[in-house]
Amino acid sequence: MRLTPSGSQTVGPFFRIGLEHLCAKDAAAKVDDAEVVRVRGRVFDGDGVPVPDAVLEIWHADAEGRFGAAEPDQSGRSACFTRAATNDDGSFCFAIPRPGAIAYGEGKKQAPHFAVLVFARGLLRHLMTRMYFPGDPANAEDPVLQWVPEVRRSTLIARVNPQGRGELEWNVVLQGNDETVFFSW
Amino acid sequence: MTEPQILEEPAGTQPDYHYPPYVSSVLRSPRMPLVALPHAFLHCEGPVFGHSIVGALDNDLTAQHAAEPIGERIVVHGRVMDEDGRPLRNALIEVWQANAAGRYRHRSDQSEMPLDPNFSGAGRTMTDSEGRYIFRTIKPGPYPWKNHYNAWRPAHIHFSLFGAGIVSRLVTQMYFPGDPLQPFDPIFNSISDEKARSCLVSRFDMQRSEPDRALAFSFDIVLRGAQQTPFERHAR
Repeated sequence: MRLTPSGSQTVGPFFRIGLEHLCAKDAAAKVDDAEVVRVRGRVFDGDGVPVPDAVLEIWHADAEGRFGAAEPDQSGRSACFTRAATNDDGSFCFAIPRPGAIAYGEGKKQAPHFAVLVFARGLLRHLMTRMYFPGDPANAEDPVLQWVPEVRRSTLIARVNPQGRGELEWNVVLQGNDETVFFSW
Repeated sequence: MTEPQILEEPAGTQPDYHYPPYVSSVLRSPRMPLVALPHAFLHCEGPVFGHSIVGALDNDLTAQHAAEPIGERIVVHGRVMDEDGRPLRNALIEVWQANAAGRYRHRSDQSEMPLDPNFSGAGRTMTDSEGRYIFRTIKPGPYPWKNHYNAWRPAHIHFSLFGAGIVSRLVTQMYFPGDPLQPFDPIFNSISDEKARSCLVSRFDMQRSEPDRALAFSFDIVLRGAQQTPFERHAR
């Protein structure tokens, strides 16, 4: 007999107590490594108000496009996982080595992207989305981007931040006209 | 390698995003339809954490300060498994909770309840070779919140778990048996299926209670997504 998966409950407003130990530190510091991509953004609610108590988990592939392949480092952390909580102004920042194209099925590839889970007070269950890279020709062939209604596709693709040298900007809109595409699973 | 099948979840066993009795969900839940991702794109293997991520006292929330915290000492233990009942080994569990007075050590918790200098309320551990875990802590107090008039959260401990892959990720709350606040709590009742809801209530465990020391509660957790062998391979 199959067991029913345990029900989800919100992280609530006090998740930093338990989750902060794995939150990225120094992500905002200057990164010289050209292979590291830094992303800044904000999380907004349905009124356009920044969400100061959300936490993003970024599940990332390595340069060869493999998820979860890395052995943990000396501190036990995984090189395939980054957690970033929002600040009082709803902003977050993370810096991650640029992932490679990600295989699926028989020898097919998805465009490089981050898988992103969003947790917050008010979210009884976390949301799943993706962040793709601007200007990547592979996006045009990506099966998941093509699966998403065209008018909403841009919510999944970061923008080059005109003020930030090489930084990307990507917002998460929980609700509303510019609502980010979220996936069910 | 054949990818393990991802099963559909039974209706009512997970909360809806939009659940007006929980007021914070109203402006923070998507209104547009979620896009169903074909399962071929959900086989994203989970992060593998090493045992060094967990310190020696991290699963004993009563031993992290100079003296013991105030409160009813308890042991919380259980098994983490997949939908086939197979144990999930080396699964990282993170917990956080209020103190015995119902106060969180967090700058956003401005309630009048007292802080306890000997209680931080954070713990973590990894499951053993049989998928088992154990925490020592104190029973958290219920606490008032602003959701509606005279709103009180039933006593609970927050649990965060990593399984084999991205569909296995779970954040939930563990409740206590016989708590009279549960019928009034919109977060608990956001799971409409009564049996699924009851699975979030721990079971009092007389056998594991420790004479002169602590009462025990058992809480088993089932994560979605079949287990893949690499999950075990990475364990160390």
